Amino acid sequence: MTPFAALLRKDLRVELRTLRSLPAMALFAVTAFVIFRFGLDRTSLDGELAAGVLVPTLLFAALLAINRLFVAEREEGGFDLVRLAPVDRTVLFAAKASALVIYLVMLELVAVPIFALFFLDTASGLLPFALVLLLADIGLAATGTLISTIATMSSARDLLAPLILLPLLVPLVIAAAGAGEHLLAAGGPDYGRFGTWLGLLGLYDLIFLLVGYATFDFLLDD
Amino acid sequence: MADALKSITLRRLAIATVAVLVAGYALAFFAAPEDADQGFIQKIFYLHVPLATVALCGWIVAAIHAIRHLRTGDPKHDARAYVSIHISVIFGFAVLLTGAIWAKGSWGVWWEWKEPTLVSFLIVFLLYATYYPLRYAIEDRDRQARYASVFAITAGAFVPLNFLAVRLAQPLIHPRTFSSAGGLPDSMLFPFLVCLAGMALLWSTLVWFELDAKAASANLKRIRRALEATA
Amino acid sequence: MIPLLAIESADRYVGGAYLVFLLLLLVYVAIMAAKLARIQRELGSLAELAERPPPRPAEHDVGQIHEREHEIETVRQGQR
Repeated sequence: MTPFAALLRKDLRVELRTLRSLPAMALFAVTAFVIFRFGLDRTSLDGELAAGVLVPTLLFAALLAINRLFVAEREEGGFDLVRLAPVDRTVLFAAKASALVIYLVMLELVAVPIFALFFLDTASGLLPFALVLLLADIGLAATGTLISTIATMSSARDLLAPLILLPLLVPLVIAAAGAGEHLLAAGGPDYGRFGTWLGLLGLYDLIFLLVGYATFDFLLDD
Repeated sequence: MADALKSITLRRLAIATVAVLVAGYALAFFAAPEDADQGFIQKIFYLHVPLATVALCGWIVAAIHAIRHLRTGDPKHDARAYVSIHISVIFGFAVLLTGAIWAKGSWGVWWEWKEPTLVSFLIVFLLYATYYPLRYAIEDRDRQARYASVFAITAGAFVPLNFLAVRLAQPLIHPRTFSSAGGLPDSMLFPFLVCLAGMALLWSTLVWFELDAKAASANLKRIRRALEATA
Repeated sequence: MIPLLAIESADRYVGGAYLVFLLLLLVYVAIMAAKLARIQRELGSLAELAERPPPRPAEHDVGQIHEREHEIETVRQGQR
């Protein structure tokens, strides 16, 4: 088994066994939906409002996972293991980012149908929107893993990670919400600027995967 | 010898800065024609846009210093990255303030979400503002410098992407923009370029000055430590 | 009347923007001046520290060695 697969498998196994992050993320998202229902005083959402509730909620739930991404390593000395092993440290980046994507997809598999149940009149836009979310998840994972690593080694880690991450994620929000506005429109999905948003997401993913790949090594040097 | 040379260069840089800035703004107010659409308020363009351009370039320059720092491990590159970001943040603050004043004068509101440059700048400014708490939260000097460099590179990659994204988010019809540098008549373009050069010189002068001050402080610490050891 | 007011108002905004910039610059200069003043003070106190004679005599034998070296040096200089 390759080191990448081993690290990824370890992370997923730990998460499945301890269920540290996933239930909390799902619960957070659903509760947030309830809060939005009352905050906006609406029982049905479409277009930009639907996107405006769904995308930020998923984002903030993702922050929960990102904050806890390296908890196991911190507490059980996993970083030292990777440092000592004759493995390219970038593998840890790839494994962590992949694990994060998987967590986000699992979150969305729960949260998005519930959102549709609560607020949407038609679910026809959800499939193309799922593609948008997947691309956004990849970008979120790339930046999230990078910043989580930086924050993990600092003293104010819980505060620092969201603080640095939120501005960095604005382009993702712009693209995801922009696409959602059209895909979740009241009369059914409209593919108006679909290509543009997919393009922006793809570009973001590419750039930050590259940045992560190039710089992650320097975060683990000691 | 190298230090003496450096201080001569700083003086020359400062003089050049003042000369070019004065020339630039004299041109902007006395030579450039008044804008047909916006009127006199357009004169803020010669201040706001050079500040913005130089701040953005400054952040890119910081990313380059950060790359050099990670490659060589030499702390002087980290110092350069830090100061570049710092001065650009100050310029960025000025961009936001002058932008708000321009918005108020043009449209009667202190903030305009439909102005893509201003909004992009806000986001980038918020990002670089986290540079300081990041550095203060890491105590180990070497690690602090390395992590700051990774941040500077990530943020530098983010800047152009962010501008693209915000521009895409604008409504396709009737975005409200300040005048841009593209499509300027020569009579306005030349003063603008001089002002831009002046701001670039100002940025460089301030960066140089800060680096000098930091080096002096660092040297003083070394001397103090040496003296206290032998006393 | 109205066009005149409009010009005045634009004047104010333009002036305000440039003033804000100059103010920021001044604040920066003031902060750097304070830093320089601190550096000057530190230099002054370090100069004092450097010029001050050692607070107590060196260890007995080391002191004697230094005295001896000093004597040798003076004699050498006398011979030149």
